[in-house]
Amino acid sequence: MYFQVHQPFRLANYTVFDIGKSRDYFDTKKNDDIMRKVAQKCYRPTNNTMLHLLHKHPEFKIAYSITGTALEQFEQYAPEVLDSFKDLADTGRVEFLSETYYHSLSFLHNKEEFRDQVAKHYRAIKKNFGVRPQVFRNTELIFNNALAKEVQDMGYKAVIAEGADHVLGWRSPNFVYRAKTADKIALLLKNYKLSDDIAFRFGNKGWAAWPMTAPKFADWVAPIMGDTVNLFMDYETFGEHQWADTGIFHFLKAMPKELIKRGIGFQTPSEAARHAPKDELDIHAPISWADVERDTSAWLGNRMQTSAAEQIYSLRDEVLASGDEQLITDWRKLTTSDHFYYMCVKWFADGDVHKYFNPYDSPYDAFITYMNVVRDVHMRATGKQPDTDKWTGMVSQWMRA
Amino acid sequence: MKVLMFGWEFPPFKSGGLGTACYDLTKGLSHRGVQVTFVMPFAPEDSKADFVKIRGTASYSKRLKLSRVSTVLTPYMTAQGYEEALHRMQADVAKQNKGKTVKSHVKVKGVSTGSKEIYGLNLFDEVNRYTAAASIIADEEEHDVIHAHDWMTYRAGINARKRSGKPLVVHIHATEFDRTGGSPNSNISHLEYQGLAAADLVIANSNWTKKNVIDQYKIPESKIAVVHWGIEEDRPEYHMKFRSPINDREKVVLFLGRLTIQKGPDYFVETAKKVLEHEKNVRFMIAGSGDMQNRMIRRVAELGIADKVNFLGFVQGEDVHRAFQMADLYVMPSVSEPFGLVALESLKNNTPILISKQSGASEVITNALKTDFWDVEEMANKIINVIRHPALHYELRRNSYHEARKFNLDEPAKKTEDCYKDVIGRTRL
Repeated sequence: MYFQVHQPFRLANYTVFDIGKSRDYFDTKKNDDIMRKVAQKCYRPTNNTMLHLLHKHPEFKIAYSITGTALEQFEQYAPEVLDSFKDLADTGRVEFLSETYYHSLSFLHNKEEFRDQVAKHYRAIKKNFGVRPQVFRNTELIFNNALAKEVQDMGYKAVIAEGADHVLGWRSPNFVYRAKTADKIALLLKNYKLSDDIAFRFGNKGWAAWPMTAPKFADWVAPIMGDTVNLFMDYETFGEHQWADTGIFHFLKAMPKELIKRGIGFQTPSEAARHAPKDELDIHAPISWADVERDTSAWLGNRMQTSAAEQIYSLRDEVLASGDEQLITDWRKLTTSDHFYYMCVKWFADGDVHKYFNPYDSPYDAFITYMNVVRDVHMRATGKQPDTDKWTGMVSQWMRA
Repeated sequence: MKVLMFGWEFPPFKSGGLGTACYDLTKGLSHRGVQVTFVMPFAPEDSKADFVKIRGTASYSKRLKLSRVSTVLTPYMTAQGYEEALHRMQADVAKQNKGKTVKSHVKVKGVSTGSKEIYGLNLFDEVNRYTAAASIIADEEEHDVIHAHDWMTYRAGINARKRSGKPLVVHIHATEFDRTGGSPNSNISHLEYQGLAAADLVIANSNWTKKNVIDQYKIPESKIAVVHWGIEEDRPEYHMKFRSPINDREKVVLFLGRLTIQKGPDYFVETAKKVLEHEKNVRFMIAGSGDMQNRMIRRVAELGIADKVNFLGFVQGEDVHRAFQMADLYVMPSVSEPFGLVALESLKNNTPILISKQSGASEVITNALKTDFWDVEEMANKIINVIRHPALHYELRRNSYHEARKFNLDEPAKKTEDCYKDVIGRTRL
């Protein structure tokens, strides 16, 4: 079991009239409020539960991937949560994974930036928890052949990815795989059916299997053939996405015992990676764990998103060359994938989830605020206004499309 | 089912959205086999032929009978605006009749000669005249339900209900509070209240209107149904792809609506000033006329942006579509907009929209930029970003055009028919 812990730095309502005048890009109050709320509903009670389970069951093991932006906000707004993660680390049965510090899409845009952000995250995990991560998970489980090669070269033993149907085909996610491009690194694939039973469907009264109980879940896991059942989900599942009144905490408390009863053990990702790979996967187009498409369209599926990403990454050289630490940090916070997720217009099919996590009324508002900030960053980095986009050319081209 | 409908406008005699709405509704109803007798002031004498000729919708017009009562009152009128409108309509009618082969009708001629004596010079005389004439027509026309559009026709509806005992559906397209920006004429709001109170069922064209009716007139919520407007799915005019040489040089931001307090043209002008402080390559077009026109022209001069703002005057017919199509963004900053059919028209013409949150349209359109009507800074923020970022314009345009497909004429007609069935069923008990 691996849990993703992430909070972005949400933007303030930054308008064109703030450009050149204000550098308060981030909504400190909102970020503070959300962190306190989620800490109270999820992080504190869930960490307590996990600590209790680790004490009670010597077999029990878990893993976390905590983003740098979440770590910073724990430090600022909920230091007690950071301490409780340290307590969990001290049990020695909690593994911490590597990822980009800013939970960014940098792998898809700029490999150097990707390596910088991974290194920064590595240092943060080592400093906070005293461990050196050995398993890598990319933002939103974005993965392809190239990523496998990249992180293998960086020295990781295993990498985590989505067990997407369109890459697995008839194969089971419950084995270790390897990528075509990288024969030394183990590929751990999410069992999305069982993971999503907890993460998405748990409290859904319209679901045929509702109400879900620990014995029922353990009965589903017990007959599975394979070397590992990878349950990967957002940590905020507990208490935030699935509220306490759904019974999610009771479920979590009872689950290890029920699994152990049925002869099922626990392993951390680096332990699971020791199994021999069953087969080779050849994945070109990036896959992810988002939406029904399991691709990158939630972040880079429309022109606002691709244009915003192009503009922010095109500023990298100038931002870094400025030597202005504050500017560099501000710029990096803007690479966080959430900003692009807010601009997603796939309202109708996957709308509910997007809406729930979206602080904006619309994807257009998200784009407007983001681009206002990008313009200010551009001016700080280059000392001049960005060129006006070649509108007529581009638009007439699109009109024909 | 037979409906006796009291309305004020019907194309080509219309000055705004109400005429279009009545046209669309009756068309949709006739497709569903509902027979409508539409009682309106100023209908041409040879109404059937005239109607077909103008609209070319022979298939349903046979089922739609037009009856006429003569007046010059328009539904958007404030008491003070009455006389001005009288003159305008005289001019319009004269213009429309010029070069037309259709037989002009006696009453229209009467107006165009300027013999004001024929009609009351007082707004309420007009309503009285309409009400009296409408009652006679009501006696002649067989009907199962009565449907009255906006306050001018409410008394006609109430009278008809007294005579035939059939249920009365009162349709509210705009309250007096909407029209006057919150300083209602007490006579009009009284008439409005009487109609709403007497009705067996009230149809509001948005939740925004419903809320206003509840707040301002204390009409019980249970008596109010919401029927959002639709729009004709396709018309050849939507696809003219009109562009002007201006489009090669500048972005065009359009206001299209009556220049009255309700439509917020003043906020549009103030926004234009703010935008122009940041982006030069943009032109603001104001299409429409109304009692605020001179004030707006003066304000534009005062702000020193006269070279960037064009007043197009009242536009109609294909020019409406041309205006939309040459615009890169349509802005509807209405102070209080019961629905805002014009926003849907813009989308059908493939022009993205920025609309006020104080509109019914904002309840039903997702892919639009939305602000409070008074928030000039936020409107400017959004307009500037549309100008700066083709990606934003592209996505807004693409997604809203797609979304506009879900609006049609059948849905509101179906819901209206359901209202009739409901009210007929209830009053039988």
